[in-house]
Amino acid sequence: MESLIVVLVGILVSVGTYLILSRHMIRVIVGTAILSHAVHLLILAMGGLKKGIVPLLGQSEGEFTDALPQALILTAIVISFATTAFLLVLAYRTYKTNGTADFRELRGVSDE
Amino acid sequence: MTFELAIILLPFIVAACIPIFYRRLPKKVIGWVVLVVPLSLFLLLTTYIPRIAKNQTFSNNYEWIPSFNINFTTYLDGLSLIFSLLITGVGSLVILYSIFYLSKKESLHHFYCYLLLFMGAMLGVVFSDHLLVLYAFWELTSVSSFLLIAFWHHRKASRAGARKSMTITVSGGIAMLVGFLMLYSMSGTFSIQEIISNIAGISEHALFIPALVLVLLGAFTKSAQFPFHIWLPDAMEAPTPVSAYLHSATMVKAGIYIVARFTPIFGGEMTWFWAVTGVGLLTLFWGSFNAVKQVDLKALLAFSTVSQLGLIMSLLGLGSIAVYLGYSQDSIIYTQAAFAALFHLINHSTFKGALFMMVGIVDHEIGTRDIRRLGGLMPILPFTFTVALIGSLSMAGMPPFNGFLSKEMFFAATLKITQLDVFSIDSLGVVIPVIAWVASIFTFVYCLIIVGKTFFGKIKPDILDKNPHEAPIGMLIPPFILIGLVVGIFVFPNLLGHYILQPAMASIYPTFPSTEELTPHISAWHGLNMELWMTIGVVILGGTLYYFLKRWKPIYRWIPQRFTLNSLYETIISFSENVSENLTKRYMTGNLTHYFSYIYMVFVIVVAGIFFLTDSFEWSLMSNSSVESFELILVFVVIFAAVAILFTTSRIASVLLNGVLGYSVAFFFVIFRAPDLALTQLVVESVTTALFLICFKFLPDLTPERTSKRVKFTNGVISILVGATVTIVGLAVINYEKFETISTYFEDAYNLAGGKNIVNTILGDFRAFDTMLEVVVLFIAGLGVYTIIKLKAKKGDADIEN
Repeated sequence: MESLIVVLVGILVSVGTYLILSRHMIRVIVGTAILSHAVHLLILAMGGLKKGIVPLLGQSEGEFTDALPQALILTAIVISFATTAFLLVLAYRTYKTNGTADFRELRGVSDE
Repeated sequence: MTFELAIILLPFIVAACIPIFYRRLPKKVIGWVVLVVPLSLFLLLTTYIPRIAKNQTFSNNYEWIPSFNINFTTYLDGLSLIFSLLITGVGSLVILYSIFYLSKKESLHHFYCYLLLFMGAMLGVVFSDHLLVLYAFWELTSVSSFLLIAFWHHRKASRAGARKSMTITVSGGIAMLVGFLMLYSMSGTFSIQEIISNIAGISEHALFIPALVLVLLGAFTKSAQFPFHIWLPDAMEAPTPVSAYLHSATMVKAGIYIVARFTPIFGGEMTWFWAVTGVGLLTLFWGSFNAVKQVDLKALLAFSTVSQLGLIMSLLGLGSIAVYLGYSQDSIIYTQAAFAALFHLINHSTFKGALFMMVGIVDHEIGTRDIRRLGGLMPILPFTFTVALIGSLSMAGMPPFNGFLSKEMFFAATLKITQLDVFSIDSLGVVIPVIAWVASIFTFVYCLIIVGKTFFGKIKPDILDKNPHEAPIGMLIPPFILIGLVVGIFVFPNLLGHYILQPAMASIYPTFPSTEELTPHISAWHGLNMELWMTIGVVILGGTLYYFLKRWKPIYRWIPQRFTLNSLYETIISFSENVSENLTKRYMTGNLTHYFSYIYMVFVIVVAGIFFLTDSFEWSLMSNSSVESFELILVFVVIFAAVAILFTTSRIASVLLNGVLGYSVAFFFVIFRAPDLALTQLVVESVTTALFLICFKFLPDLTPERTSKRVKFTNGVISILVGATVTIVGLAVINYEKFETISTYFEDAYNLAGGKNIVNTILGDFRAFDTMLEVVVLFIAGLGVYTIIKLKAKKGDADIEN
């Protein structure tokens, strides 16, 4: 399962990278969102998958799943949401100011 | 804390205070406050003279970065004392002069701050025994010189001159640093004194000659020796007090200091003798020859400084022969050259400082320094004329002034070296006094030009119209003090020789047992010998050449402009500027997409490269958990959604597909026993999708990518490589079991933190600071979103953000 997830992460990273390398701002933002999905899955896979029970004390006996990656991802989800929101507003502002959302057309703008 | 360290630190401390307190001080006062610093240091240093004269030295060690073997070692001996007295003494006079010279409208706090910075750095150079500390101070003098030359930075020539001096002196400084490091690797110590005492151990080392050459490069660039002298005339764009201080009396003598200081180390080498003497003589000749053709008084003085520095340099070279020969009754006679060098060093500072101040007065009162427009100023500026006359005659080597004494000693030293038969000198040796003599003739000519073209002849009517008058008394006192020294040293030369020069000789020749022998008796009259005949020849020939100046001056046009060192420098600078600009423009395209691809390429090359170089890939399916069929379906859903995003041309579709991805990830979280994550992911994904959809109201629709196939292909390759890199690293890390997991610690959450949900306790308790900072990030992002939306910048005033 872990290897499968890692391969899936690789595919997601490829897609995210390709989107980031494209010209349109929305594609770039979607690309960053996909990259963060990929990273979350990767962190989770590093801690081992389906190796134990849900990390809640007092529910049932047995070995717990690694809780640390989950805590890290929880932080990461929130941060990536903040970044996405910020990027969207930045894109809106850039479009308002320059009249384009195309990176190639943005080049050479005075405050690049 | 001892006096020596305090002496170095005081100028820095005051320099640091000036920017803070200058607003509270009236503009008139600031110069006087600053004047206290060099004056008190000078007085403090004079108290050392009697003790130093008894051949005492003062050494103190302060640990600075002991783990790197870097200590702040101050070392005060005769040689440092001469330089420190010059730095503080001339410094006091120059600051007094500048109070009256600079207009109150100038940014005086900058000026005095830089000047004090320079003074501290220069004192640091002459007091440091540690090579690296010395180097740091050395470069600081270059930096402060750069700032002072560019003081009038609105002028293009000032900026160009500042850059030129910086480029040349700092390149030389870096060469010197490499030389210092070589010395360290040979001797194992950074202390100059320790290297001197262990010199026998390293002089046969293969790095010895390279170190010698590199240290000399540093000294030659700083002391404006040929062919590096080109920066000094351009540095004359600085205010005149700066030229008088840095570019004639002190900073340019730092190279002389280094040569004198390292003579005990390198002096035994033939290379040292030929390099220092040869370059010195060449500079002496070339400087005096070029000084004659100058029409700007300051440029003339600059070339004359170059020439005089060459004279001192060549004397030190001649003196190094005594180190080569070792101590004996016969070799003592050659140390007189080094003695003459130190003597002329002081003399040069006195008369050249006075001459620079004289030019400053002329410039200040008349408004020009061009000798074609000057003339007949004697009745208008009688005191200034006195300064010019005495200073020039001393520089020309005429009695009864101190320049006569040192010039005679210079001639004597060059004549003496011809009798020596080492280094195959017997054949080449005759050239040395001949060059010295020819250069002295040109020196005589330009000294006559300074006085004759400025103060004699007819006064130009346009100058008379301005109704010029003599300078204020404050501008006359400093040059008159210097002129007093010029005469005073001529009358009592042995006082100087005994108290100040003798201990310095002990620093240059530490292996020679008696310093009494190293101190010749200086006398103004020593019979009708060869030296005196040479001087008489200089006067006759120089006078004739000056009289027929107009006839032979055209020979200066023989050297085509294209082949001068200056044009070589300009060519190199503009060439390197063009190359670097073209190179930078090639990759800094202004297109963000390109920058992204650089980042990704570096990522792939570095990570994957190291991965394959170290052969770290290891992968087995052993510890993997099983895959259920519904999980497989979920994986394919994710892959399908991801790939579909690539091909969709509708923004709604791409955002919804991204939503599909997000919800699938939430499902994965459920499967992987992470209920908190799944909940958060569901909420965040819903909000994100909603946010995207709201923003679409304001954003343009996706256009089909109008990129060429080649670009698409490159991007595709980069993306696949990045994905592959992540995959192989991930696969290799899954089975990484070199460390125990730390997560078991958190499983005791109930006892440690009082919570049953382990993930929650990690966030809210164990790693509470992380969570708090995460909230801060959210807050900042929210603030950013708010301001960007509210910001009402028009296209026209985009500048306010910069």
